[in-house]
Amino acid sequence: MYSVNYHRAASVADAAKLVKAGDAKLLSGGMTLIPAMKTRLAAPSDLVDLSKIKELQGVKVSGKTVTIGAATTHYDVANDEKLKKACPALAHLASLIGDPAVRHRGTIGGSIANNDPAADYPAALLALGATIVTNKREIAADKFFKGLFETSLKDGEIVTAVSFTAPAKAAYEKFRNPASRYAIVGVFVAKGKDGVSVAVTGAGDDGVFRSKEIEAALAKNFAASALDGVKVPAKNLMTDIHASADYRANLIAVMAKRAVAAANA
Amino acid sequence: MSDVSLMVNGKRVSGAAEDRTLLVHFLRENLGLTGTHVGCDTSQCGACVVHVDGKAVKSCSMLAVQASGSTVVTIEGLANGADLHPVQAAFKEHHGLQCGFCTPGMIMTATDMINRHPEGLDEATVRTELEGNICRCTGYHNIVKAILAASKTMSKGSKGKARQAA
Repeated sequence: MYSVNYHRAASVADAAKLVKAGDAKLLSGGMTLIPAMKTRLAAPSDLVDLSKIKELQGVKVSGKTVTIGAATTHYDVANDEKLKKACPALAHLASLIGDPAVRHRGTIGGSIANNDPAADYPAALLALGATIVTNKREIAADKFFKGLFETSLKDGEIVTAVSFTAPAKAAYEKFRNPASRYAIVGVFVAKGKDGVSVAVTGAGDDGVFRSKEIEAALAKNFAASALDGVKVPAKNLMTDIHASADYRANLIAVMAKRAVAAANA
Repeated sequence: MSDVSLMVNGKRVSGAAEDRTLLVHFLRENLGLTGTHVGCDTSQCGACVVHVDGKAVKSCSMLAVQASGSTVVTIEGLANGADLHPVQAAFKEHHGLQCGFCTPGMIMTATDMINRHPEGLDEATVRTELEGNICRCTGYHNIVKAILAASKTMSKGSKGKARQAA
């Protein structure tokens, strides 16, 4: 790791000031950034640690509205009793990220700001039609995720929370890479008052996306059997050492079926 | 450079360290606590697991300065003098190790797992929760047996040995 200057932010306002220094980066759980710095893929001059800021922590559920502070760890999302009632699919998703030690450190804000094309949270937030709240504005999930490791965040802009309306039904199914635990394909399905939405992670050439084919079939009939014979095109899907685009296309339909079955269970 | 000040295994320690110093290196090199191992150095293997403020974390993926102000427990902090911690005793009894390299991380993960499941553990839960710890000797069978046995001992509660690791 190259040399770096560490700053612990006391508040979001403090962090916003500190992040202007040099080539600073925001640090939350550090489960991606620290390993990237160790391999010198990332070499910020300064790190601004958000993880101790109280106002960024915790899950709030008010009626159907769920708000999760950006520095809330995967462990805390997975085990929040209010969230388990309001949107068990999201708590379950958090319990599938990494391993217990990673979940104790990694945060939802860090995950979405990084927007790894195989991360889990982007699929959930896109399918849930979530709003990403920053220290400057509110951004709809479909405008937030822009491609591989790209978001609509401006330099120094800090994600403070995500919020969404709990859906009537939802589930997440993930086909994991056995070594990294990242999704080779992950599918989040949500059925709410605005209809059915289905978001896919791990598979898209350009990151997380919604599957129109699967949404159309489920809009008519929200049942796993509605997906019999539905073909997801392999165009714009990733091919890498783990899986070909065709294989991923097939997996999307399979994971979507499992997710619908779980959502209806 | 920053001053890193920690409570490690019940003792207050502090020292200057470069901001880029990883917690595992601070523990091993500054404090001489070499029980915590560096295995893969990519946060996959879990040989470096310690407890920070009561939670298992991979100390190869955290800066020492991030942990400053926290309470840390390493493998050296589990035993009470010559009395092994129930998880250590169970690993010995059930031969939950072969070469021993992954053992400190396995035991710290196991202790955290048992603390988080006071209701007890079953084999499937133990195997799932061990996914962040790799045993290169593939000796998982006895590791799982040891954790299940330790979980039973510790859930018997106040009989004495079940000292909660911070």
